[in-house]
Amino acid sequence: MRRYSAFAIAREAARFHTGWERAWRSPEPKKKYDVIIVGAGGHGLATAFYLGKNYGITNVAIIEKGWLGGGNTGRNTTIIRSNYLQDPSAALYEKARSLYETMSQDLNYNVMFSPRGVIMLAQTESEIRGYQRTAHANALQGVKTEFIGPQRVKELVPIINLDGPRYPVLGGLWQERGGTGRHDAVAWGYARACSDMGMDIIQKCEVTGVRQEGGKVTGVDTTKGPIDCDKLGLVVAGNSGDLANMAGFRLPMESVALQALVSEPIKPCMDVVVMANTVHGYMSQSDKGEMVIGGGTDGFNNYTQRGSFHHVEETVRALVETFPMVSRLKMLRQWGGIVDVTGDRSPVIGKTPLGNCFINAGWGTGGFKAIPGGGWATAELIAKGEPGPLSAEFGMERFIEGRFIDESVAAGVAH
Amino acid sequence: MLTLKCPYCGVDAEETELHAEGEAHLKRFGPGSSDDDFESYLFMRENPKGVHFERWRHQSGCGKFFHAARCTMTLQVFGTYPAQTLEPPQDIKDKISATYPGWSWREFQ
Amino acid sequence: MSTRLASGGRLLNKGKQVHFSFNGKQLTGFEGDTLASALLANDQMMIGRSFKYHRPRGIVASGAEEPNALFNMGEGGKFEPNQRATTTELFNGLSCASQNHWPSLEFDIGAINNHMTRFFPAGFYYKTFMFPAFAWKHVFEPIVRQSAGLGKAPKDRDVDTYEHFYAYVDVVIIGGGVAGLQAAKAAGASGAKVILMEQTPHWGGRAPVDGGDVDGMPVEDYITTLINDLKQMPNVTMRNRMMGAGVYDHGYVLGYERVTDHTPLENGPRHRLWRIRTKQIVTATGAIERPLSFAGNDIPGVMLASAVRDYVVDYGVSIGDRTVVVTNNDDAYRTAIALKKAGLEVPVVLDARASGGGALAEEAKALGIRVENGKGIAKVKGGKRVTGVAICAQAGEGSVLEEIKCDAVAMSGGWSPVVHLWSHCGGKLIWDDAQAHFRPDATRPPKGADGEGFVIPAGIANGPLDLPAVLADAHAAGLAAVKAIGMTSDVTAPVAEEKPEAAMEPVWLMPQGAGPKLRIKTWLDYQNDVKVSDVRLAAQEGYESVEHTKRYTTLGMATDQGKLSNINGLATLAGQLNAPIPAVGTTTFRPPYTPISFGAIAGEARDEVFQPLRRTPISGWHADNNAFDEPVGQWRRPYCYPQNGESHADAVKREINQTRTSVGLLDASTLGKIIVKGPDAGKFMDMMYTNMMSTLKPGKCRYGLMCNENGFLMDDGVVARIDEDTFLCHTTTGGAERIHGWMEDWLQCEWWDWKVYTANVTEQYAQIAVVGPNARKVIEKLGGDMDVSKEALAFMEWKDGKIGDFDARAYRISFSGELSYEIAVPASQGRAFWDALLEAGAEFGIMPYGTEGLHVMRAEKGFIMIGDETDGTVIPQDLNLNWAISKKKEDFLGKRAQLRDHMASADRWKLVGLETLDGSVIPDGSYIPADGNNANGQRNVQGRVTSTYYSPTLDRGIAMALVHNGLDRMGDVIECNTVSGTMIKAKIVDPVFYDKEGEKQNV
Repeated sequence: MRRYSAFAIAREAARFHTGWERAWRSPEPKKKYDVIIVGAGGHGLATAFYLGKNYGITNVAIIEKGWLGGGNTGRNTTIIRSNYLQDPSAALYEKARSLYETMSQDLNYNVMFSPRGVIMLAQTESEIRGYQRTAHANALQGVKTEFIGPQRVKELVPIINLDGPRYPVLGGLWQERGGTGRHDAVAWGYARACSDMGMDIIQKCEVTGVRQEGGKVTGVDTTKGPIDCDKLGLVVAGNSGDLANMAGFRLPMESVALQALVSEPIKPCMDVVVMANTVHGYMSQSDKGEMVIGGGTDGFNNYTQRGSFHHVEETVRALVETFPMVSRLKMLRQWGGIVDVTGDRSPVIGKTPLGNCFINAGWGTGGFKAIPGGGWATAELIAKGEPGPLSAEFGMERFIEGRFIDESVAAGVAH
Repeated sequence: MLTLKCPYCGVDAEETELHAEGEAHLKRFGPGSSDDDFESYLFMRENPKGVHFERWRHQSGCGKFFHAARCTMTLQVFGTYPAQTLEPPQDIKDKISATYPGWSWREFQ
Repeated sequence: MSTRLASGGRLLNKGKQVHFSFNGKQLTGFEGDTLASALLANDQMMIGRSFKYHRPRGIVASGAEEPNALFNMGEGGKFEPNQRATTTELFNGLSCASQNHWPSLEFDIGAINNHMTRFFPAGFYYKTFMFPAFAWKHVFEPIVRQSAGLGKAPKDRDVDTYEHFYAYVDVVIIGGGVAGLQAAKAAGASGAKVILMEQTPHWGGRAPVDGGDVDGMPVEDYITTLINDLKQMPNVTMRNRMMGAGVYDHGYVLGYERVTDHTPLENGPRHRLWRIRTKQIVTATGAIERPLSFAGNDIPGVMLASAVRDYVVDYGVSIGDRTVVVTNNDDAYRTAIALKKAGLEVPVVLDARASGGGALAEEAKALGIRVENGKGIAKVKGGKRVTGVAICAQAGEGSVLEEIKCDAVAMSGGWSPVVHLWSHCGGKLIWDDAQAHFRPDATRPPKGADGEGFVIPAGIANGPLDLPAVLADAHAAGLAAVKAIGMTSDVTAPVAEEKPEAAMEPVWLMPQGAGPKLRIKTWLDYQNDVKVSDVRLAAQEGYESVEHTKRYTTLGMATDQGKLSNINGLATLAGQLNAPIPAVGTTTFRPPYTPISFGAIAGEARDEVFQPLRRTPISGWHADNNAFDEPVGQWRRPYCYPQNGESHADAVKREINQTRTSVGLLDASTLGKIIVKGPDAGKFMDMMYTNMMSTLKPGKCRYGLMCNENGFLMDDGVVARIDEDTFLCHTTTGGAERIHGWMEDWLQCEWWDWKVYTANVTEQYAQIAVVGPNARKVIEKLGGDMDVSKEALAFMEWKDGKIGDFDARAYRISFSGELSYEIAVPASQGRAFWDALLEAGAEFGIMPYGTEGLHVMRAEKGFIMIGDETDGTVIPQDLNLNWAISKKKEDFLGKRAQLRDHMASADRWKLVGLETLDGSVIPDGSYIPADGNNANGQRNVQGRVTSTYYSPTLDRGIAMALVHNGLDRMGDVIECNTVSGTMIKAKIVDPVFYDKEGEKQNV
């Protein structure tokens, strides 16, 4: 692999960039691989990368129905944070966040990780208590967060309206080392590195069946023919139910549309990521200048990648209330992605009822920020055949035992 | 932006009047049931690409719960029917068959 | 230079001058001008700088597809960035400024990037800026962010208003050009309810500019008759300045009406968002001309041929004195002819087709215009404006045959139908080889709730380009729309005169064999600075999917969303991949068609009316008496009532002391109240609650718990049995609607044969808690027939009767541990009752207390609070509430779940009280660490604080906590963490801190 650098660009500029090689190869599938990963999104590619990097397993194919990074990896609002409440979540997301910090150097591909800071606004008394609880939990989990007052919020976010008549800003949970990254680049960077390790990324190849013998997986049928493998990883957000069906088991998940939108680009006006959960809206400003805005999920099963407009309205109302200047910006584009949502809204990384078949799924609205951590944990799971500490609590068996990982706990409103 | 006809009040209800209530025709498992049955009742969900049966509530309308048969890929609605039934009515099943011959969903086809 | 002509300008009112300013310069135009036409009339060829290289840019188009002419507009609360000049109507006092340059448009430091073009190819930032690791965030990213971003950020609060309209119609027709008008007439004649919307202020689209005859009259006159016909139809609503912004599932259409953008001094909303439900949609959205890809095609003065024609005909503005026309189709000859007829010079028409054009070309030649077939532009000369072109053979590599001086270039690469609205909801496209464009595939339309297509493309938007075919297609579309909804129309189709044109030839690069030096100066996406060389590089590096190329190069991602660049970019990619264009496919079309204001989307919902506000009958008193409110759901409840500038903490302390020593009042009206009634009510209540409720005697109250099917505690409250058939269930404030829905869910969907009705009567009653040792005295002072003595109304009983003149139901229940009556009166009597209590209690110093006082007092008593002690992961057993969980019942909601391993485990955290050793208050949310770390390096924990307060009654910090094996550890000292890292030592104690025997509430 030719290394990327300013010098390489200067050298190529002299010959009109005719010398750049392909970022990744596009080979035909081999007959058999040690491991097949279905899904060349962020989590699938990261899983393959850490299989190679951490365990030396490089006879790997990553099979993708469409184009790599084309699912939720390329559709999210690129927020990276690890200020989670429950221990297993905080461990996984903090692992991911720390891997993001060096990802550009590790992959020799600038993923533009920007630790600009993330604020989650507290706008009710119960939200204050909830975030203070998170801050105390984070302190013991090694996740650096703090609860800050409204004046500090205003210093960090000058365009915010602290004194909205309905939900004044009472403070916020601040994670200075959270931020954003360039979502496509994460997929592309991992793909380039995987390809460089000799792994085969096979795009436009749809899995049509899971082959098994004696309760163990033996390979997959695809639109490019059957491919054998010793181990299979299903990493197909938004299509997990379908793949599970092929493999002969059910999942505690449903697929729903999640929406996002961007404004037209403007000059920098907000340096941090702001999430306002009471009024349901979050926003950051991309390096291009667009305000990147996350919306809500629909309540019904949906595979259309189109959401309902009233959720956009709700989100925009919340943002106009929180950042009044937004009223005079314009929505450039809205879109949707399909997310898999589990019974406790936390992901599943674990074994499946089918031998040697493993799953990474159910990230709901939080998949992007977890990519390197999810990949790291899933690689360990596949390589060892058993979950490591990062994924130990995320197996599907938690639903039968009643051992949930519920992050929505601060949401209680009562009196 | 769905519209569904409420089978009780007859209104072609806007999605904003409605609340999605999840998978239809779940069988409740209470005390005495096996761990597997109970887990399945609470968490395991049909998540098909295609025909799906689900519950809705006409929340900002007459308040009634009802069933809908809908395609999750095209959002086509095959029909809505009252909540007080254990299986979809035949005319709705026929309508689905006209679009998706040979369809099945859980024990229904 | 560009200038205003003496004649022409069919859209202008030349009798009315309009004054405006651009970059501080005072300029004038006419009523009817767009900002773009007025700027051009004032020779403003350069109007901005590009995004990446800061290249000088001029106006390219005359409509919504314009990529360059974006301005900061207005001031203060009316400031708006990125306003598109071509769709902005000129008005007196308009002030605008160009964007993306420093210090000035003429001299822009950022333009240095222009000379570094070679070093900034597509995706260069992915390949560099990586070392050292901190540098991206602290060095490179700030530079990138400052240099990107187009317009300035608004600073002030928006002073304009916005509103929403709703409409339910049969047919929506999007586009008021000749096709939309014709379709509207065909559909409207059926009697169907039709909305016809047009994004510009003018009906008829560009047909009047292009000309032609219909039914024996010029098309402009035919348009007038169409408009008049439609105005006669009461079932047809016509709205101009209204864009079809998006098409959504099941026939939902967003209309974006710019009501007063052009008359900012008038009252009324600035924008109006129409939310329309329709049975059928006709998209008569027209087509957009494509640029040609030649070197220097972004220099100010290079413009779409149709736009050059529009400016001459519609606005009487010439772009240049000498305009070179370059084309691959016949339509551009119309521009050459129009220019010539306006008295302007057209030194040459360069027709890339070796065989040249048809009748229009002959007409041009007959006017004396030189036409060169098989030729193209090798390179445009000039910097801040065009000074000439170098001519080459289209088939070659760009050897210059001739240089021609000119000050404008009119280019046409063919036309692409506007398929956005067709595609928003899943309509599929088909590639048309003859016209080299994607058009709607009528056999695969977006499908509605009934599984049938609900969008019909019409006119040019459906592919046909010549007037007779456009009208026939639009007419048929109008008829098809009403037929689809079971109506008929008997309008006959108009007949337009045929004017055959020679076939166009696709030209994706000019000249065909242009080398890298030319390709690096050949623009595809003007605003985002994407060149042919960039798309080729993307393909070369393996970014082969159209989505990869788009994202790697940012092609089509600018504020014009690729309206000009998409097809040219696709074709370039396909060429590089040696694949047919349809195999490469398009990117996804997403709403809105052009950007729409967030103000319009938010509508009127802002500030006080941001969300619905729920008020109790007593809210007015709270507001008048300095209550400090906290939002609880959509209610606002008084947190405390500060007096004479006291702090909130002091107010809470005062309210509690008064209540504990004498008497206080709480407005408890927000508590949920649900009636459960029917012969099977008892059976139903036994399923809803963990307790046995069926044995509750009429006249008695019982505290009950509700769990979800997952076993977790979801709500609590006091249940009163009204009679054999009737229960009244109190819920938490936030829980009323949810719990009522939950009950209905089970009654309607599971136990529908049970004879039970429920009703949510929360807002039918005002409920006031009279609390404290003197509570009885206050109530007795009011008189009435209700005996509230200990004997007549014992603890946990309720009674109906008169208190004073009020129809009251008194519950003897207590959430504070004091003698307490919660008294419900009809909502209409609530305020009067509150006032009466205040008056009666005056001698006892009666005062209201807020939610914080409520919280502290319940914590002093060790009562749990839903949302504090519970968080969705806590089961009643964790809170030592086993006494409220019936052992006798076979079943209740949540019972099965609580039998699972993890729930039944002895290892769960249990509720205890905590007393700090030093009397201090533990911070909210503190955790209780245990020894050592877990496998992930996190500190082990053995519990957490669920509630923590300063207790005025005890004058010390108290807390409740969930602690591992807590009940077995009474007296142990544990440590609670703080965010600063220090620990607070606390002793595990009984959670009941005050009046452990409950004597005070039972007097």
